[in-house]
Amino acid sequence: MTVVKTQGLSKTFGDFKALDKVDIEVKEGEVFGFIGPNGAGKSTTLRVLLGILKASGGSAEIFGKDVWKDAVDIHKRVAYVPGDVNLWPNLTGGEVIDLFGRLRGGYDKARRDELISRFGLDPGKKCRTYSKGNRQKVALIAAFSADADLYIFDEPTSGLDPLMERVFAEYVQEAKSQGKSILLSSHILSEVEKLCDRVAIIRKGHIIETGTLKEMRHLTGSLMFIETEKPIPDLAELRGVHRVQAFDGGWSFQVDSDELDAVVRHLSAFGLKRMESRPPTLEDLFIRHYEETETGAGGGV
Amino acid sequence: MSQLFDHTWSLMRFILRRDRIRLPIWILSFAFVSAGVVLVFENLYGSDAERQAISETMENPAMIAMVGPNYGGADYTTGAMTAHEMLLMTAAVVALMNILLVSRHTRGDEEEGRLELVRALPVGRLSSAAAILGVLAGVNSLLALVTGISMAALGVESVDLYGSLLYGVALGATGFFFAAFTAVLAQLTQNARATTGLSIAALLAFYMIRAVGDVMSEPLALASPLGWILRAKPYIENEWWPVGLSIGLALALSALALYLNSIRDHDSGFLPTRAGRTTASVMLQGTFGLAFRLQRTSLIAWAVAMFVLGASYGSVLGEIESFFEEIDLFQQLIVQQAGFSLIELFIPVLSSVMAILSSIPAIMVVLKIKAEEKNDRMEHLVSRSVSRVRLVFSYWLLASLTAILMLVMTGLGLGITGNSVLEDKLSFSTYLGAPLAYLPAVLVMIGLALAFVGFWPNLASFLWLYLGVSFFVVYLGELLQLPDWVEKLTPYGHIPAIPLDEVNYGVLALMVALAVALALAGAYGFRRRDLKNG
Repeated sequence: MTVVKTQGLSKTFGDFKALDKVDIEVKEGEVFGFIGPNGAGKSTTLRVLLGILKASGGSAEIFGKDVWKDAVDIHKRVAYVPGDVNLWPNLTGGEVIDLFGRLRGGYDKARRDELISRFGLDPGKKCRTYSKGNRQKVALIAAFSADADLYIFDEPTSGLDPLMERVFAEYVQEAKSQGKSILLSSHILSEVEKLCDRVAIIRKGHIIETGTLKEMRHLTGSLMFIETEKPIPDLAELRGVHRVQAFDGGWSFQVDSDELDAVVRHLSAFGLKRMESRPPTLEDLFIRHYEETETGAGGGV
Repeated sequence: MSQLFDHTWSLMRFILRRDRIRLPIWILSFAFVSAGVVLVFENLYGSDAERQAISETMENPAMIAMVGPNYGGADYTTGAMTAHEMLLMTAAVVALMNILLVSRHTRGDEEEGRLELVRALPVGRLSSAAAILGVLAGVNSLLALVTGISMAALGVESVDLYGSLLYGVALGATGFFFAAFTAVLAQLTQNARATTGLSIAALLAFYMIRAVGDVMSEPLALASPLGWILRAKPYIENEWWPVGLSIGLALALSALALYLNSIRDHDSGFLPTRAGRTTASVMLQGTFGLAFRLQRTSLIAWAVAMFVLGASYGSVLGEIESFFEEIDLFQQLIVQQAGFSLIELFIPVLSSVMAILSSIPAIMVVLKIKAEEKNDRMEHLVSRSVSRVRLVFSYWLLASLTAILMLVMTGLGLGITGNSVLEDKLSFSTYLGAPLAYLPAVLVMIGLALAFVGFWPNLASFLWLYLGVSFFVVYLGELLQLPDWVEKLTPYGHIPAIPLDEVNYGVLALMVALAVALALAGAYGFRRRDLKNG
């Protein structure tokens, strides 16, 4: 079942096109990663989904309801953590968590206390004294103590230390195992790689790739490192070979999956001394996509 | 030891650079206002008889509590009048300036992490605290000179150079005292807000101690820096010891502040912090509770201020008859009407002013929506199951309740002190009815504020302009003999003058309907637009 679905979603601010026909789909029980650099339109998309901004075109639905018209109904089942958490300086963290719980219409007190101790937050301090990470914890605790069906996180770990990042990941896994859906945006690719089932890459308000990591890896191919006895004069010109670089006395490059066989056969003629290969990280995918769209080259995709 | 103050001079220059606009504006406004008042008094009350009449109206406990003892009462020259009516208030504002500047340059910088950057440089540990005290010693001296000389330069006979210099130096010395005093409090408290808050609270306490002291006990009055500085009696006896006392204590307090600064950890204070609530109270249940909680302190302060405003107007009611007979100007202000006492004629005029002032906190409550939106805090609420209409309604409700509270406070203040000085007492329904009659007008302003928030949040400042124009038109309309329709341009101009006019309920109902329509329109606008973010 689809939880979040946008079709041709656009948003303009004056002349500026912040979102241009964005299509994303989050299915029930999956963790969906939304990645892109700063200013690509991640937060704008999430804010449209929450009815904070009104779409200029296209449609956006959560639980099959319109995100603008039925915002209040939808929000009863949604928990959201903004990217930049600003709180009221003269309220304490504990007060804010309780207020947020009440505004959603009830929350689990025991779970709230458990979350506070897991995230190591001092709820008796005024928000003005909190660091960015602590403000983020307040919002995360409020979100996870809510019994929501969809969690939306905008760069949730940007202020957290590595230990807290792990606590966050555990709660995301827990929510997922209970069949809940999570939509999170990030530019920390290792995090997305660890947590997400499917990802969408956004750039300048446009979705340039969507799919599972496996699919995307297949499209990108493998990363190889070789050392040969004889020099390979035409390595960069081979079909399906990209990003050739001299590295540690040999060459590193990327090979498209469907050309892998031909490339390896060709290389073996030069007397392979060393050959290593690893699957591409999300970072490789990301950079590759950006380079391609930047230069306009088609590559092997 | 010498290392403690390394680069103090550079830091002083840096402070002057940062405040190169702020400081001259402060200094010039004090000089301008003080000299301006001398000029106004000299022109407004030309003859000895007129001034003597004013002096008599000041000889009551309420006025003494407000502005201090009337030392020049026997010979109320323009100089004596200025010193009596202006010295205390001006000194309090100079004190406020020093409090704000010290807090900003000590704990303000510390809290923002800027002081950390400075301290990491080869700069003495006490340099930054010493620098701001040094700068303010200079600023207050300059303020004393500029103010004194501008007052004397007007050439008013009773405002001589010697007295004027003492007047200016009394202001500067009080300022320097409060600078040093705030510097000490800055070492005790945990952050800039607490420093400013505690210092202003102390300033108010000193004012109250002096008020009680001036009325009942001389030693008590001398226990307050605002009390002893009045004993300088510029233009009358020209005493210098109060100035010496302020400066001496200021130096001692500066030394104490520096000592405390040297033994204090960065970002901490000597007063223990109270642990905050770990859970929300039952009050903080929803959007209304939040709206109230965020503005609670400011609303309490406004309510007290409105009460004091009403009370200070009330304290002069007793003198009104004699007051108006003396002054032609004010007789134009109040249209004479048969069958009513002058006081009953005066109350609607006071009420209109108090209603316009009462509108300020009510409008501020509505405009808080804008501030919350701009600080990205609105999205926490909107992203939960809170409809925007409910959100706006909470603020509207709070604003309306604020309006009622403020109007009641002014009426109560007016009534309590009014009846304590009047021989023919008026009923409280008159005192409360006159300001409360303005509620529909304030509601219209609240509705208008909401409409701005809904449709043109960036233009909401125009509301303050409109309020200013309303004040001008309503207060001075009669005096300037503006045509009636001008007065009708503001909601306040449509309110009947109670107890003079018959109450036209039709007009009032129409205004309430307009207020509700504006509020609904605002809610509609807010519902359909994007939330702005900072």
